[in-house]
Amino acid sequence: MQLNEMSIHQLRELLRAGEVSSREILEAVFAKIDAVEGEVGAYLTLCYDEAFAQAQRADEMLAAGETSPLCGIPIAVKDNFSTAGVRTTCASRLLENYIPPYDASAVARLKQVGAVLVGKTNLDEFGLGSSTENSQFHCTRNPWDLSRVPGGSSGGSAAAVAAGEAAAALGTDTGGSIRQPAAFCGIVGLKPTYGLVPRYGVVAAADSMDHIGPMTRDVRDAALVLQAIAGWDPKDPTSARRDIPDYEAALTGNIKGLVVGLPQELMGDALDPEVREAVFGAANLLESLGASVEEISLPHVEYAIATFYIIVSAEISSNLARFDGVRYGYRVAEAEDTVSMFIKTREALGQEAKRRILMGTYFLQAGNYETYYLKALKVRTLIKEDFEKAFQRCHVIISPTTPTAAFAFGHKTRTPVTMYQSDIYTCTANLAGIPALTVPCGYTQEGLPIGLQIMGKPFDEPAVLRVGHAYEQHAGLPLRQPQTEVKTNG
Amino acid sequence: MADWEVVIGLEVHAELLTKSKVFCGCSTEFGAEPNSQVCPICMGLPGTLPLLNKRAVELAVKAGLALQCRINQFSVFARKQYFYPDLVKAYQISQDDLPLCSDGYVELLVDDTVRRIGINRVHLEEEAGKSIHAGEDIMSAAYSLLDYNRAGIGLIEIVTEPDIRSPEEARLFLEKLRQLLQYAEVSDCKMEEGSLRCDANISLRPKGSSAFGVKCEIKNLNSFRAVQRALEFEVERQKALLEAGEAVVPETRHWDEAQGMTFSMRSKAEAADYRYFPDPNLYPLEVEPSWVEAIRAELPELPDARRDRFMEEYGLSMYAAEVLTSSRDLADYFEECMEQIKDPKLVSNWVMGEVQRWLKAHGLEAADSPVSPKDLAGLLQLIQANAISNLVAKDVLEEMFATGKSAQTIVDDKGLRQISDDDSLEAMIAEVLEANPGPVADVKAGKTKAIGFLVGQVMKASKGKANPQRVNELIRQKLQD
Repeated sequence: MQLNEMSIHQLRELLRAGEVSSREILEAVFAKIDAVEGEVGAYLTLCYDEAFAQAQRADEMLAAGETSPLCGIPIAVKDNFSTAGVRTTCASRLLENYIPPYDASAVARLKQVGAVLVGKTNLDEFGLGSSTENSQFHCTRNPWDLSRVPGGSSGGSAAAVAAGEAAAALGTDTGGSIRQPAAFCGIVGLKPTYGLVPRYGVVAAADSMDHIGPMTRDVRDAALVLQAIAGWDPKDPTSARRDIPDYEAALTGNIKGLVVGLPQELMGDALDPEVREAVFGAANLLESLGASVEEISLPHVEYAIATFYIIVSAEISSNLARFDGVRYGYRVAEAEDTVSMFIKTREALGQEAKRRILMGTYFLQAGNYETYYLKALKVRTLIKEDFEKAFQRCHVIISPTTPTAAFAFGHKTRTPVTMYQSDIYTCTANLAGIPALTVPCGYTQEGLPIGLQIMGKPFDEPAVLRVGHAYEQHAGLPLRQPQTEVKTNG
Repeated sequence: MADWEVVIGLEVHAELLTKSKVFCGCSTEFGAEPNSQVCPICMGLPGTLPLLNKRAVELAVKAGLALQCRINQFSVFARKQYFYPDLVKAYQISQDDLPLCSDGYVELLVDDTVRRIGINRVHLEEEAGKSIHAGEDIMSAAYSLLDYNRAGIGLIEIVTEPDIRSPEEARLFLEKLRQLLQYAEVSDCKMEEGSLRCDANISLRPKGSSAFGVKCEIKNLNSFRAVQRALEFEVERQKALLEAGEAVVPETRHWDEAQGMTFSMRSKAEAADYRYFPDPNLYPLEVEPSWVEAIRAELPELPDARRDRFMEEYGLSMYAAEVLTSSRDLADYFEECMEQIKDPKLVSNWVMGEVQRWLKAHGLEAADSPVSPKDLAGLLQLIQANAISNLVAKDVLEEMFATGKSAQTIVDDKGLRQISDDDSLEAMIAEVLEANPGPVADVKAGKTKAIGFLVGQVMKASKGKANPQRVNELIRQKLQD
């Protein structure tokens, strides 16, 4: 196995034993990038020089006894995390040349323990989309099948990890943007509890739904990355003040006696038969490991998509308003007056961003606020209560991560509502703020990865990771490599 | 012709006296180099989040308490959304339907009756930056410059009920409000620096009617005088329209100070829909009752209470007590001086008269006076001890303001000590009486008024140093016995 294909915990052992250096790992990663990036297109910006400087520093830190498992590990970061001195575009023309003067808290925490920032990954503009087709710069291809999307909005991060262009990545998840691309690209993705990982420095899509989390090769890696980025941050007023458990220690492999809920509403007819089969297969495996799987009900989930899109659009319409060309980013070259400068500058926004702004503006208008926004907030509370009720019986809840495996380019962009509906399994966890993990749970006949979603109680990442890890250890999935691997080797 | 009742409500913005901004750590100092007091947060850079300044909450609560408001245990920050170059996030973090403070009042003395003006709400919000337009006005400006030092300074908005009944009352209300906010040390309320701003809503209705008329909002009111003048103009404008049978158009109007007129800015139909919604980054603000009580304990004695105490404790007139408590500084000055000299009449006369005069001349507040209350007490003690006359004391005070020297030093250096020994005085009196036979004859004939003239001549001859009382006595003895 090449260094660039290894998990963080494998690399950790090699680094600790002094068998490889951070520099060598990074060289392997950049060699892979040179080989496949032209096809995959995972990155918007590569930080070649900075990365090698960081790798050298990491090697010094390791020599000095640094024990963080992330020290010297090459990590990709979605291009909506602010990075000091490195442009942060959000895949938008409006921010094409925007260079933040500060690091997002999660990035700062990674840097502090010696992680190496490989580059900034592609996304749907401002995180708005489920296929990364809404990037204003280029498309990212799914390494498993280059004719298909990698999912989104963290499609670049998922593709980078799947293709061996980084050991792990950070993504953001507003309605499934970590989990859906992770599932599409056959990797692990974790959306932690709201407030566990500070959002400071991540360009907001919808503040009340945005989450930051790891995208990794396996569950142990997810635990290791989470450990480094979780915890209270005085710069984030929504960050939770609480003790952080040892996530790796939760990976005991023992799930005997755990109650696993399987919500009937999430196993309905819309589900692709192959995905359904894979999820039921996973449920059976968990039972065979000593868990008991019980059918449960989340009665308000049928309103989740509508609720989610009303709240998210409202917040997006507000958050994207600041890109007016006055202080930073793109500004139209000529305009008659200030208002026309605003209008012409903002015409550079992509179609999906404009659509969400229009919807959100509509939902918040005087007269519509009560009908839509306020009502959506109420339904959000009901959905949270559904989960609270379910978690009185269950330790975790499982579901498919996505209704289908990765779809082809252009497949859903013409019908936005179809695209929105693909968030059905994931967006409920954003509405409720609960932790949700996706792990690979099989392949379609076409050889595309399928994801199993595991949700838990607020701040019960240990249970979610334990179940995901136990499943992963026993699933015995045939080891398959993404298509790009075959190509570059052949 | 109908008799009209004027209905006015005010919206007042006051900048809070916090050292740092309301959602970041930047300084709030006025007058710094443009864009030198900014950071990613108050510049609204992508990814930044607001961090509420606890002190700003305390000052807003303090304002609410000074205005007799109910402090709401839970209040909500909401985004007020509009596009403007000086508004960095294209929304202002403010409060909408759940403000921090509600239902208070301010009492005013108008024509000897107490008027109570209701306060609808006091809420906490952030300042925008400042646009500086190159050229005469915004329309003809070739470009605009933006200074974001002000962006993010903590602000309270105070909204009155439509209880104000005249332009003069509006001005009196603002004066009282400023006095309260300064007393409570919530805001320095400097209209010239923009730390206090006011918009006014005004409508007219037939006397006796309880329905409201159509109102206009008046903006660009840059002084208390402007508020009164603009409203006076507006009363006449609306009255003329109504009496001609025309309708008042609901609109926002701009006060032009130079022309002394208001002009239509935009109609209310075009008014922005601010699309308020709760800011998801800021959880509802909880102000526990125990915190409110701790803040209440910080409140100083408020002006009305202090005025009443001054009348009772020092036996001052209503007028004197009002003047002396008009600012907290001045009242403190008076009371510190009183600690040295237990003569309320003497101290109040000097503080209200000469001290105020020289403060004004030097453009200073009482707190910044080069003549401290102790220094003044030193001067007044010399008067009490008959060491100098009132007249000399006035000159000495002027010198004290100019040089910062003590009264004692000035009197000694210049030899201004009052002449009170009868031998010296009698010698001077003898000369004056000899030189003024006419008035002497008048006095002898019973025209006592002429004594004043003779005393004045002795004072002149002594360069003000003679003890006037003693001179008066001695002249009387000489001429009337």
